[in-house]
Amino acid sequence: MIRNFLRHNYAKIREINKKYAIPNVEMSAGVKFSLLSLRLYLIFLVTLLLYKFITLVR
Amino acid sequence: MNFFARLYYKYRQIIKAIQLFLIISGPGIIVMIADNDAGGITTYAATGAKYGYNLNWLIIILIPACYYIQEMTVRLGAVTKRGHAEAIFAGFGSFWGWFSLMDLLIVNWLTMITEFIGMTAALKIFGVPPFLTVIALCVIMGIMVLNGSYWTWEKITLLFCAMNLIYIPGAFMVHPSVAAIIRQGTIPNLPGGLSSDLFFFLMANIGTTIAPWMLFFQQSSVVDKSLKEKDIPWGRVDTFVGSLLTGIVAIFIIIVTGTVLKGVNVDDAAQASVMLMKTNKYIGTFMAIGLFDAGFLGAICISLASSWAFGEVFGWAHSLNYKIKEAPWFYGFYFSLLLSAGAVVLIPKAPLVLITLFVQVVAVTLLPAALVFLILLLNNKKTMGEYTNTLSQNIINITIVVLIIIISSAYGVSTLFPNILK
Repeated sequence: MIRNFLRHNYAKIREINKKYAIPNVEMSAGVKFSLLSLRLYLIFLVTLLLYKFITLVR
Repeated sequence: MNFFARLYYKYRQIIKAIQLFLIISGPGIIVMIADNDAGGITTYAATGAKYGYNLNWLIIILIPACYYIQEMTVRLGAVTKRGHAEAIFAGFGSFWGWFSLMDLLIVNWLTMITEFIGMTAALKIFGVPPFLTVIALCVIMGIMVLNGSYWTWEKITLLFCAMNLIYIPGAFMVHPSVAAIIRQGTIPNLPGGLSSDLFFFLMANIGTTIAPWMLFFQQSSVVDKSLKEKDIPWGRVDTFVGSLLTGIVAIFIIIVTGTVLKGVNVDDAAQASVMLMKTNKYIGTFMAIGLFDAGFLGAICISLASSWAFGEVFGWAHSLNYKIKEAPWFYGFYFSLLLSAGAVVLIPKAPLVLITLFVQVVAVTLLPAALVFLILLLNNKKTMGEYTNTLSQNIINITIVVLIIIISSAYGVSTLFPNILK
């Protein structure tokens, strides 16, 4: 039953990935810049979180 | 005669407009009042106790900011007929889609725990044990969604929203000085200069104003209510009334604690209720009831925001208009979120304070992304057509979004590293 559940959801996730493979927002320079800034911002935040976690564990 | 006929015509027009507003209103008022959740009530209570009426001007400024952000979700939902999660998947592909969906799940689940903390703390004041509160709440929230009608759910929720106005009579009962409220609270000022403490309070108030779940909730709610492009003007009125009410409630909470508990350090709203009870039994009771109601509204909206988002992306039947048999995944997901968040509060020695702090940090990872996507989606002419952001809307919205991102990020970072401001 669990295997069936996992198989079903794995297939569903693949289907979702396929369905949304091509973004419908035109990737203009402004959009690309916004998404790049967002990636950098998130990398910065995750680094801060990891740093805090490591210093807490130590 | 002609005058009376015209007068009657005007009267009929106004009555019709009110009727139409009552039909269309809901998503905006609910999301805005639910924004004053358990965490929000604590922030406002602590702000009033620490700085009196001096920071009311900030709440006044935040009212239009709230409106402008949430108004975009009304347009996006009514035009695309998609919830925010699905819109992100479709607009930016599966990477950003999965990131937003999973982040939303984590933030919402953690926030729901804080709502349960608020509700159990509020009812504990009246001698209700936490396990009974959690069980009763899950049953009530279950009954509310299982009636198979969005309309019924919305009207019951609006009744709970009305209960949130309990702080208004509470504020009148403490007999505040109206002159002092106007003098101290309406002109922007920084009491005692820009200290680290004040900066933290400014950030906390701004941070509680826009939460990521609000964008997802209102857009999905607009879709579930089947609002169309022609309903957008009324959706705007609904959102504006909601933002006005949320600001008014926040100001009245600040007035209550600013009058009675000025100079006292308040750690949470339940503690403030107990302190207020010592001065006036009824005001303390009002504060506790309001806290419970705020947590209740927050929990019900947040769990729905997640269920709608997952339903949209996974293609489950995901409307409150369905019976449980027709949408088992949607309701199953809703209940699993509700029960698991409630169960955490009942775990002995669970790190609830840590969870409360962690929510603020994790929310910072989702809020900027959700806001940036919102702006980009509203500028997508291909899907938005005539409802695309205008230049003036872009200037206002981008300014608000950039400020919110900077301030909420600073709030998150200062929660991680409390000494950074000292």
